[in-house]
This record gives sequence, C-alpha cells and structure tokens, in this order.
Amino acid sequence: MALIGLVAILVVTVSRGEPINALWIVVAASCTFLVAYRYYAMFIAYRVMKLDPARPTPAVYRADGLDYMATDYRVLFGHHFAAIAGAGPLVGPVLAAQMGYLPGTLWILAGVVLAGAVQDFMILFISMRRDGKSLGELVRLEMGAVAGTVALVGTFMIMVIILAVLALIVVRALAESPWGMFTVAATVPLAIAMGIYTRWIRPGRIGEVSIFGMIGLILAIVYGRDVAASEVWGPIFTFTPVQLCWILIGYGAIASILPVWLLLAPRDYLSTFLKIGAILALAIGIVIMAPPLRMPALTQFIDGGGPVWSGSLFPFLFITIACGAVSGFHALIASGTTPKLIASEADAPFIGYGGMLTEAFVAIMALIGASILDPGIYFAMNSPAAILGKDPASAAAAVTAMGFPVSPQTLIQTARDVGEATIISRTGGAPTLAVAMAEIFSHVLGGPGMKAFWYHFAILFEALFILTAVDAGTRAGRFMLQDLIGLAMPSFRSSSALLPGMIATGLCVAAWGFFLYQGVTDPLGGVNTLWPVFGISNQMLAAMALMLGTVVLFRMKQHRFAWVTLVPTAWLLICTISAGALKLFSPDPAVSFIAHGLKFSRAAANGQILAPAKSMAEMNSIVFNDWVDAGLCALFLIVVITLLLFTIRTCLAAWRTPRPSAHEIVPDMVSAP
Amino acid sequence: MKRFLLHLREAALLMIGQPSYERYRQHLEDRHPERQPMSRTEFFRNREAARYGSGGGGRCC
Repeated sequence: MALIGLVAILVVTVSRGEPINALWIVVAASCTFLVAYRYYAMFIAYRVMKLDPARPTPAVYRADGLDYMATDYRVLFGHHFAAIAGAGPLVGPVLAAQMGYLPGTLWILAGVVLAGAVQDFMILFISMRRDGKSLGELVRLEMGAVAGTVALVGTFMIMVIILAVLALIVVRALAESPWGMFTVAATVPLAIAMGIYTRWIRPGRIGEVSIFGMIGLILAIVYGRDVAASEVWGPIFTFTPVQLCWILIGYGAIASILPVWLLLAPRDYLSTFLKIGAILALAIGIVIMAPPLRMPALTQFIDGGGPVWSGSLFPFLFITIACGAVSGFHALIASGTTPKLIASEADAPFIGYGGMLTEAFVAIMALIGASILDPGIYFAMNSPAAILGKDPASAAAAVTAMGFPVSPQTLIQTARDVGEATIISRTGGAPTLAVAMAEIFSHVLGGPGMKAFWYHFAILFEALFILTAVDAGTRAGRFMLQDLIGLAMPSFRSSSALLPGMIATGLCVAAWGFFLYQGVTDPLGGVNTLWPVFGISNQMLAAMALMLGTVVLFRMKQHRFAWVTLVPTAWLLICTISAGALKLFSPDPAVSFIAHGLKFSRAAANGQILAPAKSMAEMNSIVFNDWVDAGLCALFLIVVITLLLFTIRTCLAAWRTPRPSAHEIVPDMVSAP
Repeated sequence: MKRFLLHLREAALLMIGQPSYERYRQHLEDRHPERQPMSRTEFFRNREAARYGSGGGGRCC
C-alpha cells in the first residue's frame, strides 16, 4: 500500500509537460491517508494520548439519552463529517489552483496528515476526557481565564470573517444569474412549507418531508431555466452584486431571529443531505470519468502576482487552502456534540483523525475539479473584472496574455453550455467548481445537454449550505457575543431575554455585513482581499487549538511526544505570522493593506483619483477599508501571540511540576444524572 | 442488509441533529423507569431546539 502510494505521488510530482490523469492524485491521496491512519493515527492514539478503550466516555457515564448518548462509531462518523465539511474545502483548493495542481495537492496531503487531522483528533481527545467541554472552556480550564477570553474574542472575529466570506461567495455565484437566483430563492418558501409540515401536519417526519423537499428542489432547477428566459420573471430575479449584498444582509438578520423550525431546520435537512449526496456523487463521477488534468503542475504565479489572489507560494498558499489541509474551525466541532456521543475512546481515531482525512479527500476532489478545466476558462472565471474587462474578447485577450490561450468563442460557448449569460470574472470559486461538476456529472449522466442543469444543481448545492451556515453562524455568533458582553455586563447573557438577543444579532449581522459590503464593492472582486484574511484567521485558530494540545501533552507529562503538536503549531505560526506581517508591512500595495491604504491616501491628499476608484468618496472608502483590514490582521496577530505566551508559560510550569497536572475529569467525579 | 439500512437511517438523522428516539426510550427504560419519557414529537422538538440553541450551531465553513 505504501509502495503504491509512493509510486502515485512520484508520478504526480515528476510528471511534466504531459497531462496526467486525475486518478493518479486520487490513488496518491487514498494510499497516503490509509497509511497515515494505520500508523500515525494509531501512534498518536496509543503512545501519545494513551487512549484507554476501557475508560468510560462522557456518553457512558453521563448518559441521558439526549446530549450524551453512546453512539455507533459509523453513525457518529457521519454526524461528525457532516458538521465539518462545508464550503471551505471546496473553495480554497479551487482558488489555490492558480499556482497549478501540484502545490495544492502536496500541501493538502502533508497538511492534513501532520496538522489538520492531528488537531481535530487532539481536540476531540481533550474534550472527551473533560466532559465534552467546548474549546473556550477547555482553554480556560488548562491555560487560565485570560487565555480563555482571548480565545473567545479570536473565535468570534473568525466567525465574522467566515460568514462574510461565505456570503460573498454566494453573491458572486448568484449575481446576474436569474436561473441560479430563482432556484435559491425558491428554497425559502420550500423550506417554510417543510417547516410547517414537520411542525403541525406530521411532526418529526424528516424522511418524507426531505423527499418532498428534494423533489421541489429539482423542479426549481428545471423550471428555473424558463423563469430566467421569461421576459417578465427573468429581470425580477436578476440582481447586481450590491443589491444581492443587501438582500443577504437583510435575509441574515431576519432568518436568524425566526423560529428555527420554520426556516433553518428544514433547510438544514435539505442542505445536509444534498451536500453529502453531491460529495459522494462527485467522488464516483471522478472515478468513472477519470479526466486528465489540463492545468499545468506549476504556473508562473508561484512567485506571486497571480490574478486570483496576490502573494507568493509561501506563505499564502498555506493560508489559501485552510479547510481540507488544516482548519481551526474544526476545533469548535470536535469540542461540540461529537465528544458527548462517542461510545469508546477506541473510536476517537476513526472519528477525529479519519473524519478530517475524509474532508481532505473532498478538498482533493475540488482541486481536481478546478484542474480538469481548460486553464484559459479557469483564469477567465477567477480573475478580477479590473484585469479582464467586460466582454469575451477583452477577457480572452487578457487571459491569453497571461500565457493561457483561450478564444472568445470558447468563453461564450462555455457560458451558453451552462445556461449563464457570462462566465467572465465569476470569482469566489463556487462557479468554477460548478462548471467542473457540470463537466463531470454530464459526462456520467445526461450528456452535454444536461450541463446547464448540473451547473445550476451545483450552484444550488453550494448556495444552500452556505446560506444555512450563514444563518446558523449568525445565531452561534450572537450567543458568543452575548457571552463576551456578559463578561462585562452579566445581565446581557440571558439567552431568553429579547433585547440582548436582538442587539447581539444586530451587531453580528452588522459585523459580517460590513465585510461583505466591502468585499462586494471591492473592484478586485473581494475574494482577493477577504479570502486571505479568512485563511489567516482560520489557521490562527488551528494554531491556538494545537497550542492547547501542546499544553495538555506537557501537563500529562507526555512532553517527549510534544513534537506531534509542536511541529504543526510552529509551521502554522510561521505561515500565519509571516502572512499577517506581509499583509501589514509588505511594501507591495497588492499584498499589504497598509501600503495600499497609504498609496491611496497620499493620492487622495494630492487630489488624484487612482483606478479603480471613480470619485473622491470611493478613494476615501478604499483607504478606510484598508485600515479596517489592517486593524483586523493586527488583532489576529495580537490574539495568537498572546496565546503563544500563555502556552509557553503553562508548558514551562507543567514541565517543572513533577506530577501530571492535566485537568481531566474522571467519571467518579460526576454522578450519573 | 436491514441492519445496514437502519444504521444508514440513524446516521442520516444524526447528521441533522436528531438522535435515535428508540435509543432514548431504551435508555430511560433501563436507567430511569420511574420517569415519564417524552413522546416522539416532544423528543423531536427538544433536539431541534438543542441543535440551534446556545450550545449548538456547530458547523464548519
């Protein structure tokens, strides 16, 4: 197995000049993951963590049939995977493909084995040994109250950025696309009808209501074409990015205060089942189609200056692919419901480490998707309009000038195939992936005539679970904010009181809405600016989680194995701190917010107006946005460096203590309810 | 085959935050026979509220 994997990796790495088949990457990934699971995960489980299958888990000693319930490991794996897999592993690799498929593939493989899966597994282990407590509580418990609060503030900021970036992807995918917009809009009344059905007509019948919902979704996609073509309805569902931005902000504010059963829960059913189904279908489709990779292994953009996102391979590739290689957000899931349901400590490697490996596989599939497209189409879809211009001729010329020859006819034909007016500068990753999925699915089922259907199916699948995440995330952010404000003002914490809830929801929506608006109006497409900030914040959360893991290993007196978490922590800190510092202090205005802001404020002081701004007001807003982004980066750096200092202090103290000092909660301390 | 389908159903339901009602009834019967168990509908609403309440919302990007 190791040998097959090695051969496949070698083929992927050394093939140059001739297109290689996507299956080589699939084989390389599968073998790497199986070997890593069999040896590294087991080493961590039994040598480093010293898992004890006989030791009761919270699900056993606290069993209540509700939150705490021993669950079959296969069932729990599904639950855990559905919670961690989202838009991140799909979008990041698509954006990273601008450097070619090789850097992304290697980073996903190495990152997940040594960092991502270790983090998920470690946090699951720590939480499982402590009553299934959440990440904030765990940091507080092992590193003290101040560190806990700092981690909570960091987590909230990351939440805001994630919501803004996700919403931005939806805006980019649905703008000027009446077909896509109609299908996504149709899910709202559909979900409400499902909610009413499960509430009053046949309560709790999720199976049948989901089947009705799926039929409704397919009808919406099928009839969406006629709606988009209609002279009356087409324009009604056509929105500019700015209009969509306001619609999403309004939607987020309303949806997150509606009762959950009405909209959120039923749409959650649809989006979860659709997500799992689409991921499985994509895997099967890639294996059946076995497409060749048309993207080169490396492009000239590895030195920076790429149109999709700016910055060189190091450190920016390592923050562009966050989810899929290593994602800090998973620490919140691995310390959420999963540790309360795990039946035996022996299940933890499969769920913690194995779950993350599966997500890395999703990321690999997304990377393959982006790489099977004609590179000309890829760059025409993902470069900002400021570079490409508006029409196919200018876009084709710009992309051809980059070194990826493409004709205007190809761009027009591709847009026509997928049933869209244009594919030029559809940034954000989602439309690119949708074109790739349409390519793969139509190859397996329906032929070229079905491409438009599959494209809108893919857009719907992405938009649906992103909207669910925006809705659920706004709620979660609201509770986090209430907790934080509650530290200063205890009365704010009550989750039943109306006013604090409304204020916290409003603040949360305003926060992500601000970044969304900034991204939508950004002439460079927004993804260019926001995705790196998201990547930096997400990897910093991962570094914080791994630092917690290091502290726990030191406290367990297992510090001779601390390299397991120290190596990935160090790597993430190097990447994020250098990326953050470049975003602040690099002299290149394309990379640094401060350099960019200074350039524009100097020009503004001289009365000049620099492109892409068209007026002095736009100049000022660009400068303001730059300073906000710079402030945010600085804040993330402060948070992570503070936690680093706390980690060092705690580790040293634990190292000097002769006995283990971890705060594990043993079953005897709790009496079963 | 039947076992597999049952597992699949349980996994699908847990993905959307609905644990098995049968297991809940079994648990109460074994451990707390004196308690009145929630009905299937009450159980469904209880879990729905828990998933999207202050403790829930766990979902990745």
